[in-house]
Amino acid sequence: MTGLSVRDLRVVFDGFVAVGGVDLEVPEGDVRFVIGPNGAGKTTLVDAITGLVRATGHVAFDGQDLLGRKVHRIARLGIGRTFQTAAVFEELTVLQNLDIAAGWSRKPWSLLRTRRSIPAEVEKAMETVRLSAVRDQLAGTLAHGQKQWLEIGMLLVQDARLLLLDEPVAGMSQSERDATGDLLGELSRDRTVLVIEHDMDFLRRYARTVTVMHAGKVLSEGSVTEVQADPRVQEVYLGRGAS
Amino acid sequence: MSPRVRALAGFGITAVLLFAVAPLLLGDFRLGLLAKYLCFAIVAVGIGLAWGRGGMLALGQGVFFGLGGYAMAMHLKLADAGPGNLPDFMTLYGQLDALPWWWVPFQNPIFALLATVLLPMTVALLLGLLIFRRRVRGAYFAILSQALAAAFAILLIGQQGTTGGTNGLTDIRGFFGYDLNDPVNRRMIYFIVAVALLAMLGITWQLMRSRYGELLVAVRDGEERVRFLGYDPANVKLVAYVVAAGMAGLAGALFVPAVGIISPALIGVVPSIEFVIGVAVGGRASLAGPALGAIAVAWAKTALSERVPSAWTYFEGLLFVLPIVFLPGGIASLVSLVRRRRAAAPPPAVDQRPPLVREGAA
Repeated sequence: MTGLSVRDLRVVFDGFVAVGGVDLEVPEGDVRFVIGPNGAGKTTLVDAITGLVRATGHVAFDGQDLLGRKVHRIARLGIGRTFQTAAVFEELTVLQNLDIAAGWSRKPWSLLRTRRSIPAEVEKAMETVRLSAVRDQLAGTLAHGQKQWLEIGMLLVQDARLLLLDEPVAGMSQSERDATGDLLGELSRDRTVLVIEHDMDFLRRYARTVTVMHAGKVLSEGSVTEVQADPRVQEVYLGRGAS
Repeated sequence: MSPRVRALAGFGITAVLLFAVAPLLLGDFRLGLLAKYLCFAIVAVGIGLAWGRGGMLALGQGVFFGLGGYAMAMHLKLADAGPGNLPDFMTLYGQLDALPWWWVPFQNPIFALLATVLLPMTVALLLGLLIFRRRVRGAYFAILSQALAAAFAILLIGQQGTTGGTNGLTDIRGFFGYDLNDPVNRRMIYFIVAVALLAMLGITWQLMRSRYGELLVAVRDGEERVRFLGYDPANVKLVAYVVAAGMAGLAGALFVPAVGIISPALIGVVPSIEFVIGVAVGGRASLAGPALGAIAVAWAKTALSERVPSAWTYFEGLLFVLPIVFLPGGIASLVSLVRRRRAAAPPPAVDQRPPLVREGAA
C-alpha cells in the first residue's frame, strides 16, 4: 500500500473531540484537497499525522506506521508540511533556509564545516520556486508569496514524498495562485499532496480529489463535481433548506 | 572586504592589542586586572554562542566557571602543600587525617587540567540531556540555570572542611612550579589567558559560520519548525550549551592563577548574572560583542566601585535592563548599523515573477 492511509483517527483535547474517527486514503500521486468549515479538524488532522498532537487510531505512509513516533522521526520518513502562516527562518538567508532543509541526514561532524558550494538540490529548488535572485536576502525581508514558495522549496529539498500544505495560497495574488496551483500538479508526479484550503475557486481548478470534513468527521469524499453535488455538503456550507 | 578577510583582520588587531599594546601600556597591577577581565570575556564568548545564537539564556554559567576553577585550585593547593601534606584549610577546619577520596585524583596535574574543561562539559551534557529533551526553554531554562548556580554555591559553603566553605580555596602561591608572586610569572599568566581567549574566539567564529551555526540560529527562531525538517533540536542546543560550559570551565581554571582565589561568592547567583550582563551590553549574537562587553562591564565595575561602592549595584541593574529593552543587539548592533548606512546601495532587483514550473521540475 503506497500513499497515506488513515484509519479511525481520533484526537481529543481535554474532553473536546477535535478529530473523531477519521478514515482517509490518499493514493500516491493524488492531489487531495481537504475542506470544511472552521473548526472541522482539518489542521488537527495534519498535526496528528506529523506527530505534533497525540492521537489514537492508525496512520501509515508507504507502509510505515506514523503514530507514536516523534515529530523529527516522522519528518525523516519523508513527510513534510507547511503552516498557515509561513514559517521560515527570518534571520537566515533564502539559501541558508533551503540548505538547512536539505541537511538532516548530514553527518554531525560535517556540520562543523562551512558550506563551500551550493548543493545541487538546493540550486534546483531555488530555480523551481524562482528565488535564485534573492538567495542571499534574509527570508524575513521576502514578500508574503515568496515566503510561501520558500516553504514549498524547503519541502522539495527535504525530499518529502508526502506534502501536507496548510492553506498555501492564503494571501496570494491571482497570478501567484495560478503558479502555485501549477506547481502542485507538477509536484504530484512523484509525490502525494494533501492541501487544506478554503479557496473554492482554487479547489475547483487544481484538486483531483476532495475530502470534506465537518465537526471532526469526514462528511463526503470524491471528485470535485461529486462533492459539490452532495446534499450533505451543501447543507453544511449553505445551511439547512438551501438547494 | 569579504567576511573572512574582515574576521582575520579583526583577529590580527585583537592579537596586537592583547600581546603588544596592553603589556606595554599597563603596569603589573592593571595587567593583572585585565587578565581577570579576559577570563570573564572567555565565559562571555560561550554565553554569546548559547544565548545569542542558541536562544538559551544561560544564567547559571557560574556553575561551570566554578567547576573549572575548583578543579584547578584543588590541584594547585595540593601542589602548594607538597606531597603527603594536606592543604592548609583542611587541617584548620576539617581536622582531617587523610585527603578525601574525591581530592585524590587532583594530585595528578594532567587529570586536573583535563578536568577543568571536561568536568563542566560532562555536567552540562547530563543537565542538557535532561533539560532539552523535556523541552524546558525560555524563562524556565533561565530560572533553572540560576537555581543550579545557587545550589552549587550553597553546597560548597556547607562543606567547609573539604571545600574551604565561604572562604573558598585561597592563597594559591604556585602554578605548576612557577611562583605566582613573581611579576614575570604573573605576566606569563596574562599571556596564557590572552591566548585562550583568542582560541575560544576562533572556535566560536568557526561554529558561527559553519552549517551548525546556521542550524543553531534556526533552532533559536523556530524550534518546532526545525523538528519538521527532521532534526532533533535538543541535540543542536546541547552542543552549544556544552561548548559554552567548557569555555566557562576554562575561564574558571585560568581565573585561579590570575587572581589567586576561587570561592562561592565568585560563582554563585550574582556573578552568574554579571557574566550575562556583559554579553547583553556588548551584543549577544555577535562574535566580539560579548567579549568586549564583558571586559567593559568588569572594568566599569572596578572603576565605579573604587569611587562610589554602593552605586555599582544599581548601575549594574540598569546595564542589564537598558540594552535588552532599547538595544537588543548591544553595542555590536551599532557598529553594523553604521556599516549598513555607509554601504547604503540600492537593494538588489527582486525576481517578482511567480514560481517557474518546468517539465520535470522538482
